[in-house]
Amino acid sequence: MSFQPILTAGLDPATGDATWHLDDYVKRGGYAALKKIFAENITPEAVIAEVKKSSLRGRGGAGFPSGLKWSFMPKAYAGAKYLCCNSDEGEPGTFKDRDLLRYNPHQVIEGMAIAAYAMGTERGYNYIHGEVWELYDRFEQALAEARAAGYIGQNILGSNFSFELFAHHGYGAYICGEETALLDSIEGKKGQPRYKPPFPASFGLYGKPTTINNTETFAAVPWIINNGGDKYLELGKPNNGGSKLFSVSGHVVRPGNYEVPMGLPFAELLKMAGGIRGGRRLKACIPGGSSAPVLPAEIVMECTMDYDSIAKAGSMLGSGAVIVMDESTCMVRALERLSYFYFEESCGQCTPCREGTGWLYRVVHRIEHGQGRPDDLDLLNSVTDNIMGRTICALGDAASLPVRSFIKHFAAEFEYHIEHKKCLVPPEVQKEGSKIYVRPSC
Amino acid sequence: MLDIEIDGKALQVVEGSTIIDAAHQLGTYIPHFCYHKKLSIAANCRMCLVQVEKAPKPMPACATPVTNGMKVQTHSEQAVKAQKGVMEFLLINHPLDCPICDQGGECLLQDLAVGYGASASRYQEEKRVVMNKNLGPLVATDMTRCINCTRCVRFTQEIAGLMELGQAYRGEHAEIMSFIGQTVDSELSGNIIDLCPVGALTSKPFRFSARTWELARRKSVSPHDGLGSPLIVQTKHDKVMRVLPLENEEINECWLSDKDRFSYEALNSPERLTRPMLKHGGQWIEVEWQQALDYVAHAFKDIAKNHGAAALGALLSPHATLEELHLGQKLMRGLGSGNVDFRLRQSDFSQDGQGTPWLGMKIAEIGSLDRVLVVGSFLRKDHPLIAQRLRQAVKRGAQVSLVHSADDDQLLKAHAKAIVLPSQLPQLLAQVVKCAAELKGVSVDAAITALAVSEKAKAIAESLLSGTRAAIFLGNFAQQHEQAATLQALAQLLAKITGANFGFLGEAANSVGGYVANALPGADGLNAGQMLAEPRHGYLILNAEVELDSARPLQALAALKQAATVVLLSPFKLPGALDYADVLLPVSPFSETSGSFINTEGRVQSFNAVVRPLGETRPAWKVLRVLGNLLNLPGFDQDSSEQVRAEVLGAATPTPEFVTDRLANPLSDVANNVANNVAIKLDAGPNGLERVADVAIYSADVLVRRAPSLQKTRDAASPAARMNAVTLQQCGVSAGQELRVRQGEGQAQLFAVLDAGLPDGAVRIAAAHPKVAGLAAMHGAITVEAL
Amino acid sequence: MLSDDAFKKIDREIAKYPADQKQSAVMAALAIAQDENGYLAQETIAAVADYLGMAPMAAFEVASFYNMYDLAPLGRYKLTVCTNLPCALSGGVDAAEYLKQKLGIAFNETTPDGLFTLKQGECLGACGDAPVLLMNNKRMCSFMTTEAIDQLLTELRADLRGQAT
Ligand SMILES: Cc1cc2nc3c(=O)[nH]c(=O)nc-3n(C[C@H](O)[C@H](O)[C@H](O)COP(=O)(O)O)c2cc1C
Ligand code: SF4
Ligand code: FES
Repeated sequence: MSFQPILTAGLDPATGDATWHLDDYVKRGGYAALKKIFAENITPEAVIAEVKKSSLRGRGGAGFPSGLKWSFMPKAYAGAKYLCCNSDEGEPGTFKDRDLLRYNPHQVIEGMAIAAYAMGTERGYNYIHGEVWELYDRFEQALAEARAAGYIGQNILGSNFSFELFAHHGYGAYICGEETALLDSIEGKKGQPRYKPPFPASFGLYGKPTTINNTETFAAVPWIINNGGDKYLELGKPNNGGSKLFSVSGHVVRPGNYEVPMGLPFAELLKMAGGIRGGRRLKACIPGGSSAPVLPAEIVMECTMDYDSIAKAGSMLGSGAVIVMDESTCMVRALERLSYFYFEESCGQCTPCREGTGWLYRVVHRIEHGQGRPDDLDLLNSVTDNIMGRTICALGDAASLPVRSFIKHFAAEFEYHIEHKKCLVPPEVQKEGSKIYVRPSC
Repeated sequence: MLDIEIDGKALQVVEGSTIIDAAHQLGTYIPHFCYHKKLSIAANCRMCLVQVEKAPKPMPACATPVTNGMKVQTHSEQAVKAQKGVMEFLLINHPLDCPICDQGGECLLQDLAVGYGASASRYQEEKRVVMNKNLGPLVATDMTRCINCTRCVRFTQEIAGLMELGQAYRGEHAEIMSFIGQTVDSELSGNIIDLCPVGALTSKPFRFSARTWELARRKSVSPHDGLGSPLIVQTKHDKVMRVLPLENEEINECWLSDKDRFSYEALNSPERLTRPMLKHGGQWIEVEWQQALDYVAHAFKDIAKNHGAAALGALLSPHATLEELHLGQKLMRGLGSGNVDFRLRQSDFSQDGQGTPWLGMKIAEIGSLDRVLVVGSFLRKDHPLIAQRLRQAVKRGAQVSLVHSADDDQLLKAHAKAIVLPSQLPQLLAQVVKCAAELKGVSVDAAITALAVSEKAKAIAESLLSGTRAAIFLGNFAQQHEQAATLQALAQLLAKITGANFGFLGEAANSVGGYVANALPGADGLNAGQMLAEPRHGYLILNAEVELDSARPLQALAALKQAATVVLLSPFKLPGALDYADVLLPVSPFSETSGSFINTEGRVQSFNAVVRPLGETRPAWKVLRVLGNLLNLPGFDQDSSEQVRAEVLGAATPTPEFVTDRLANPLSDVANNVANNVAIKLDAGPNGLERVADVAIYSADVLVRRAPSLQKTRDAASPAARMNAVTLQQCGVSAGQELRVRQGEGQAQLFAVLDAGLPDGAVRIAAAHPKVAGLAAMHGAITVEAL
Repeated sequence: MLSDDAFKKIDREIAKYPADQKQSAVMAALAIAQDENGYLAQETIAAVADYLGMAPMAAFEVASFYNMYDLAPLGRYKLTVCTNLPCALSGGVDAAEYLKQKLGIAFNETTPDGLFTLKQGECLGACGDAPVLLMNNKRMCSFMTTEAIDQLLTELRADLRGQAT
């Protein structure tokens, strides 16, 4: 049986901007899962059990089993509980939630309503990346539609379950994608991650039990309820259930989002994206967003696109952002740009990250600009040693992993830079490879 | 209880403890910067990383809860490597300018760097420079040294109650700052100097004046408000250089108000009086002690002989020591006069003889109250650290209600607030009484039952009755009120009905000590108000500027001016006294004498001199003793202040209960006394404008008025005529306009300021300031006209 | 300082949060204020803080933390070009260079006519459309080839002329 997309089912990017409304979604079978729950009196416990069965893992980056996470929410808790959707997609290379919100916002709303029902939360927020403002506006409209139709609000579909959902926008801070920073941000503070424990399930938004999931995670839920967890699991591989939306960027012919079954060979994904541009060769790939270790071509070509295979290869599936680099890429320069990003985006709260990300960037910058020193690579590795595992949130690791993996896999290129004060890849080749890309009209 | 093992040592800790709590219990030191026991946990410095068995990475001891059976290593290779790594990060952008840093010698970063820092830096890039900020006259900044531990930020937010500091920007650009261009105006701001583990925030007045290792540290007690904060006074060459808190969980915790911390500057003021002086033919001349004292003895004897001893009166300061107050009253009584008082700002004395106003409980118990009513208090400015305790109580769920005549922001979330004109305060409180009585089914006076009850009064009564540990406190304003006795009677009645503790927030360091020393009028004596209303021939004044420190400045000044002899014992050449006094005797401020204060909870705190008396200054207790000798009075042969104290308190070192037992005003007695014996007057106030007077925090006493840095703060701004919009309009004036304010015979010229927190008809003008010494009284009718 | 309309919008945001959590609306309120005034002056931040019952410093922390807030006046059109790695691989840097050259300014500068300010952006979350830029925080412009850039600049200038008449 050929794979049928579930997140992007029935969507045509060409017309998607016009078919996101409630009516269209309902025509595509939308809100059936929510209706089913009330029609068949499915209990919250049963919903969670189904999600557990599906082996759905969080699509935000960490890949934590979603059903398990939902079961952490205290059942008997008397006060308010919250549900948050993480649409703060800002990890370089990731742009999948954008398409979900653009073409299919109601699927996220439905997924959230189901999750809210499962966990007994009466209020939720979708935290939307500030830079995709148009989608924040759109989501507000979608909420209005859903509210008017009784899919969210008081006594949903005539049941005694109520769930109020609101949109909250970010305004330019990558760190707010970290779930506790996101909570602080909703509380009207700087988005600074909190030390855990306590975990959000016991002390989250406004100090109340809270669950946070990624947009794509929620978007998968209606299908699971409609078709059953087993079916979802079958789509992918054991422990890696379902389909996944991969954001493919970089040196491919057709950058974009591709929904594929989990476990698809990387080579096939690359083919779907039209292969490498200009007949050049693949050099390296970051398979899970900029925070994931880079993999050289020969390794990544052997991988399948699922959590376990990529982890075994020494990287992470992360958010499913596949950054493809061909042979025109200078790896020192690429790392310099990524290091600048983490330096720029560190929240500044904890010492190793605040001080360390700037140090990393400056040293890589020096190397790239012909001022590297022989012991710089050892220094970089040692600084990452001192950052990793010692910070409040995972941004410290995220800043370190690229540094370590770039040096590990492309040591020769770094050493060449240090020794010869210039790049192994000739400047004109680099220039050609990074020029403004005009996509083929297809 | 949970079992935990730290570095091989086993112990048990209570559930909810963190690793650092457990380590402290063991006496094991874990390096840290951001952690502070009184602040929320930030876990941002990462210095406290330790190894926890089975944990894949080092854990921050300050934030990691102990789990049962946990095994922690604070000095293992993994832990030390992590700590050293963090130290390296902290130092890469640090200027390492210890030789010119004021924190040198008391810097946590410097101390820890010795143990955890590497000798040579691997960081070869340019260091970060951070712009300094102007935080006001008290706190100096050197922000390049800041390690972003955010202790100062958390302090302003959590303890001081208003987030005056924040960490702006992000990442490496993160900076600690105040809102652009604003100073830190909290009355507790100096604590951020202590909290800052590096030299980023230092004391502006102290700056560059000494290195810590040159300073001697001596204990003392603050002479200002009723809390009596224990102090560490640091001295160099017989000069007080700096004051720090001496930690005492039961009194100040680890904090100090700015008043207590920075008033020491006055000790070194050029206004200090260092030789006795006599006014001779209108000219002041410096004289020998003997001559001055002979003069005083003769003058007082003459007055007593010619006009009777009752023509003499003593006005003593509530900031004087117990010993001074005792000898002062003894001297007057020895001369045959019962005219003694130390309650200079009080105006209603009708509750006299019915107990001692004190807190009625321990200060430390304030934190465990769950229902509180504060009546008539500029809480935050009058009692900064008691306000702080209430703030924490509110965070733990306590309901604090306020009844007052000005709605200043107390930086705590008040449960209910009733802000009414001073003359309406008794009525309002009576409404609360009525409501509480109804709820409890108790019968009360018909005058009270006849009142209509406002919503606010109802909310307050309900709140008081809904908790388990309630208290009602009367603040300075209530104690200074023209109907203080009525307020007290009502508050006591309310306390009795609701089962609440009843107490007073003591205004001054010896508000309780004055009672214990009996610095009070006898049965035939005049109180402070009467002594000035019915002018005497001779006055003995100790440590006060009567024209600023009394309830009726104009009257006070007139009385002193007409007197034949005014003898002032003071550490300062007080400008007013230069006019009305005849003798100035230089006596020691608290730093130069031994003595005792009894704070508002009845705790006796004795202290020694921390420096030698300046010039020819002498401790006042000695001066009074010698005067007693010269006057041939019996009982003036004490050799030490301890002997004087023993005369008052007995020989043994007083236990905490010693004094409170003696205050012996358990609710049952006092409530009955005052509530039964004082007529409750509920008449309406004057028709027209009423004055509301606060005593601004840095005007409250002789010493603090002369502390230059405190005088530069916003709290020391000169008095204005504050009114709400309605009142302004009613008076036909607008904010910013200059006004003439008239009260009784007196007047003052002030600027109008809009203050939305005042009731209609109130004109708030601070007292205790030379600019308003021309006004008749701290309360009563007042008129306003545009200039 | 802020129009009634702005306060009305802020009220709508406040309504999204529990009654005792007004501060939650601060990000939206600052964005609304910035839309109205072009940037966030100190007094504007203080006014927003006051309206939401929070310390001005707390609002300033927020305004200075999120980089779409502008604390100083800038050109009428803020163009934020993403130069992060995924974009750079498809010409993000080149697009920025092209803009610099066309406008005659560097990053963080404003054209002398006060029309355009150029900013370097971090990931906008639209890497598939590289080169991308964000116009005045609100409008995502995708596939910014040199022609597309030219067209955008012309459009914005024309828009302005249209408004002037
Ligand atoms: C620095 C950092 C950035 C993150 N950014 C995102 C993000 O943009 N979107 C997201 O869904 N999760 C992000 N995460 C992961 C979240 O913390 C969290 O794990 C996730 O939202 C949980 O949802 P999931 O279980 O559905 O994946 C980020 C984590 C870190 C440490
Ligand atoms: S690791 Fe970086 S981003 Fe995360 S809390 Fe620490 S400083 Fe902030
Ligand atoms: S003391 Fe634990 S992280 Fe700072």
